Amino acid sequence: MEQHEISVIVNGQKLRRRVSARQHLIDFLRNELSLTGSHLGCEHGVCGACTIQVNGTAVRGCLMLAVQADGAKVETIEGLSDSGAIADLQEAFHQYNALQCGFCTPGMLATAAELVELHPHADREEIRAHISGNYCRCTGYHAIVDAIAFVLETRRNKGGAA
Amino acid sequence: MSSAPPVSFFDRPNSYIGRTVPRPNVKKLLQGRGTYVDDITLPRMLHVVFVRSPHAHAKIVSIDRAAAQEMPGVIAVVTGPELAKVITPWVGVLTHMKGLKSAPQHAIAIDRACWQGEAVAAVVAETRAEAEDAAEMVVVEWEELPAVVDMEAALDAGTPVIHPDLGDNLAFRRELVTGDVDGAFAAADHVFEEIFHTGRHTGVCLEPRAVLADYQPAEGKLVAYQATQAPHMIQNLLAKHLNLTESDVRVVCKDVGGSFGIKVHIYPDEMATAALSVLLKRPVKFIADRLESFVTDIHARDHRIKGRIAVKNDGEILAFEIDDRTGIGPYSVYPRTSAVEANQVVNLVGGPYKHKAYRAATEVVFQNKNVTCQYRAVGHPIACAVTEGLVDLAARKLGIDPAEIRRRNLIPDDAYPYTGLAGLPYESLSHHASLEKLLKLMDYDGLRTEQAELRKRGIYRGIGLASFIEVTNPSAAFYGVGGARISSQDGCTIRLDPTGTIICATGVTEQGQGTEAMIAQIAATAVGVTMERVRVITGDTDATPYGGGTWASRGAGIGGEAALQAGKALRQNILTVAAAMLQAAPESLDIRNGTVVDTDTGVERLPLEEIGRVVYFRPDALPKGLQPEFVVTRHYVQKDYPFVFTNGIQGSYLEVDTETGFVTLLKHWCVEDCGTIINPQLVDEQIRGGVVQGLGGALYEQCIYDDRGQLVNGSMIDYLVPMAGEMPDIVVGHVVSPTASSELGAKGAGEAGTAGAPGAVMNAINDALQPLNVSLAAQPFTPESILMALGRVSAKVG
Amino acid sequence: MKAPPFGYVKARELGQVFDLLEQHGDEAKILAGGQSLIPSLNLRLSRPTLLIDINAIADLQGIRETADTVVVGALTTHVALEKSPIISRHVQLLAAAMPHIAHPAIRNRGTIGGSLAFADPAAELPACATALDATFILRNRDQERRVKASEFFHGLFETDLKPGEILAAIEFPKATTSHRFAFSELARRHGDYAMIGLAAASPQLGMLRLAYFGVADRPVSAERAATHLIRDGAAGVEAACASLADDLESSGDLNAGPQTKLHLAAVLLRRALPALLPSA
Repeated sequence: MEQHEISVIVNGQKLRRRVSARQHLIDFLRNELSLTGSHLGCEHGVCGACTIQVNGTAVRGCLMLAVQADGAKVETIEGLSDSGAIADLQEAFHQYNALQCGFCTPGMLATAAELVELHPHADREEIRAHISGNYCRCTGYHAIVDAIAFVLETRRNKGGAA
Repeated sequence: MSSAPPVSFFDRPNSYIGRTVPRPNVKKLLQGRGTYVDDITLPRMLHVVFVRSPHAHAKIVSIDRAAAQEMPGVIAVVTGPELAKVITPWVGVLTHMKGLKSAPQHAIAIDRACWQGEAVAAVVAETRAEAEDAAEMVVVEWEELPAVVDMEAALDAGTPVIHPDLGDNLAFRRELVTGDVDGAFAAADHVFEEIFHTGRHTGVCLEPRAVLADYQPAEGKLVAYQATQAPHMIQNLLAKHLNLTESDVRVVCKDVGGSFGIKVHIYPDEMATAALSVLLKRPVKFIADRLESFVTDIHARDHRIKGRIAVKNDGEILAFEIDDRTGIGPYSVYPRTSAVEANQVVNLVGGPYKHKAYRAATEVVFQNKNVTCQYRAVGHPIACAVTEGLVDLAARKLGIDPAEIRRRNLIPDDAYPYTGLAGLPYESLSHHASLEKLLKLMDYDGLRTEQAELRKRGIYRGIGLASFIEVTNPSAAFYGVGGARISSQDGCTIRLDPTGTIICATGVTEQGQGTEAMIAQIAATAVGVTMERVRVITGDTDATPYGGGTWASRGAGIGGEAALQAGKALRQNILTVAAAMLQAAPESLDIRNGTVVDTDTGVERLPLEEIGRVVYFRPDALPKGLQPEFVVTRHYVQKDYPFVFTNGIQGSYLEVDTETGFVTLLKHWCVEDCGTIINPQLVDEQIRGGVVQGLGGALYEQCIYDDRGQLVNGSMIDYLVPMAGEMPDIVVGHVVSPTASSELGAKGAGEAGTAGAPGAVMNAINDALQPLNVSLAAQPFTPESILMALGRVSAKVG
Repeated sequence: MKAPPFGYVKARELGQVFDLLEQHGDEAKILAGGQSLIPSLNLRLSRPTLLIDINAIADLQGIRETADTVVVGALTTHVALEKSPIISRHVQLLAAAMPHIAHPAIRNRGTIGGSLAFADPAAELPACATALDATFILRNRDQERRVKASEFFHGLFETDLKPGEILAAIEFPKATTSHRFAFSELARRHGDYAMIGLAAASPQLGMLRLAYFGVADRPVSAERAATHLIRDGAAGVEAACASLADDLESSGDLNAGPQTKLHLAAVLLRRALPALLPSA
């Protein structure tokens, strides 16, 4: 199998690994690095469970090859958790019970993290639109919208944003 | 949201009953640090991929695996006959489903595939990718057989019989007549009829089915890490069919990424995975990919129901009659069978109402499609849509407001105990209180006014109501009496550790509902400690009391009661020791927040860790003859009723764009009565999640088969699940009628949301379209089906 | 659901891409954003022996203005288009379409060139390019070729791209002050491929392009309908809708049969009129 050497920063750690061309980024993270927080729900780019951050933006990890991550900065749910970057979202998800089985949660949080960064004034409808590519079978979404709305409001109040 | 009225034992300090407590066990999930089956890697672990039939019905002429076996990483390519040497076939029947028949089913097909997706060979390799590469190289020569696709034609003389030994394609038939049905229809001022269809759909758990089987040949033991709702059931089935001693099979169920009934069965490919581990003496992992999930996860709800309702001019309902047909695929699913859904439909139609006559017939037929079986709210959404569709049909025809016709016909709240027309007793329901509460929550009159105003401007909004009853806390009547080794009892073992920590091991399981939080709240309350002091163990047949698991809304009602009784017993045992240490009467002492106190004054006497220290390390300091028992097990089984029924009602408010056929869900309400509420937030979230699954069935979800038995939309791209953008906010309210069958008084809440949502949406769409004299009864209600009903589009071509 | 084996090269400059295309012919596929290609690989619907990753090629990046046009490099991501002030000022139809394209995480990686070269008939961008009469700039080793949108799409996933050629950039005419446009689509769920959609542009009075997507094997320009509207304005709407049957020759899919699509095409047209016609 054709192998490629890549150099990638995962959750702040610089790594060198050999990967096969066909391995997508999530299989690389899960199987080679044991970062099992990124989940595969459909593996054809629809469910959003594998959403992670690459170079600071949310991407579907199953739609990116590991070899394409050469030179990139990858943040998984484990890294986002340890850095505290999404601590307020995690806390709000906990308080609102915006997760049940937790399988969609890492992807949902990565998507929500981008939303709260880019759209600080999003209303419920805009929140729903933004997370509309992330499938959750358990919650019915209402609690997830509540949790994100709460974080947006809290951040607005803290930041004194107009 | 209302809270539960005081229940004696729970109306005390340190009670967590009725309180929203964030789930203690989800921090790991929020950090992506849960342990789903696919997260587990064992040394020498292999991956299995199945070669599946591309045909709905075909004979296997030959399987050539020479090329596959030469592929990199391949360990074995195994066919059905080879695997049958280590695993026996099964037949999915239960003796109390009289007449139910099915054919022997193998882990891997022997000589014939009966649906598109049935496994015909297994490829085991070092990685999943290598196994997939090799699976493509397995050459199967097929001889296509005629496929039975249309369930309506399944019993026709000219239709081939799928299993000739069974004689015909009829799996099960049930007829039920209660009261003077003919008399009621004759006495009616009006009889209204409708033909309802509920779309075949599936669960789409985000975590696909998953098992990692680890056979340990030295000890003859099998450990199965499995995403399941019923570990002990799996233990029994693996042992039985692999000829192992039951206690040599351990089923471990860590985090599960959604289940909804999909993971309460055993699937042939899961059985095959365990058998392959036995055969190869290595751990074998099977993770269904999304495409095989669509053709192998059980489907459900594929029903056609002709319904009739007999009413008087004033809207009084005299009788219901239904004629149901459902197609279940080529086998009745093991071990719970595929007749239960139709049986539930018969049991539940007309359930909320006080009519006196009911006739039902159902026919469950085989066909060459994927199997159907129990999926969340088994039968409920079908029965509710039929019942409530007929009630609203009568209301429309008679010019009676939908709320009013329900007021006139729902079983009065003071009529209990009451026996439903299917012969099932209702202990205590609250249809009228729930209806009135819903109308208030919705501002029903306000919505009606708004609806009328908007109609003048050509905007078609609809309001739909749907009352329902829900089966929860099942007794042995559900499966046990039919011969299935699926436990209706459950146990909880609870212990006090030296540090004052409470450890509960329970037979009910967690798939995200909040089972562990619920058990912890009850245990904390019963013993008298804070939540932080409680640990809960679930999902390990080596470590938990024997139990049924989590399904049919039994977690809180059954598992919770066992935890309550175990906790109370432990508390008593602790107080006995504390009383001896303090030389006080046990009755004068209480445990609050982890400390023994004087009941009357609340003065703190002894922390639990001090008692733990003495009991475990200085027992010499205790009186002779006092043997502390700090491990207690209690079991509970609900024996008073076949099921403890709950009830509720839902309301839908939506807008139909009559030019495009698009439905916009504006808001949704549900009032339900699950008895004692342990954690209001968890109940609300069960309802909301359930509602959205019901909305999926009503508007989006359908497994579409072509006339050759090919599933044509089996991917996440084409099978439409509900996403956040289209779903409404959902308001949840409660009425509380605790069951007297347990001290806890909790009934289930897992099915309620799904049960009522499709009926409410259907009624709302028909309410919206009433001015146009149009109504629909075939789910899912798609833009195209609405345009056709409106006559804007004539017929579907292509 | 793992992709079959393939080779991979991260190309550094266009010459290398052309070399590889020459060596591997049909067996090679260009990897841009990968948001359509990688699913098809995972599903084993596509089996290239080589992926040529063009993401590092600077020549294919960027959005720039000329006096009359906006030239968008093929590797420009959807999100870059969405955020670009140049696009929102001069190519408003494109800006209007962006929120309808899939979901944010897809838009972060998906590219305009990838979407257009993939030529999914239900996708938004091919129809937008058609309505805007965009020019596709195609390059091979030796030359650059300019193709109008109306000539570029040949059928389901088929385009005018010839062996050895890649889509380098797309040139959109800048909107004039009298420019009018409308974008609307009907999708079962937010971000899904549309059951049907309409990208319409009127660069000036007397010119109108109605590009439908999700109706046939390529974006379809409803020329007869446009003629009625140009000639008669709002009064021509009935005739325009009636002529859609001839214009569209719609085919059905899972969500809607041809009749439904035709009906919805007329609904979208009526709803777009106020935006398209000054007097409507």
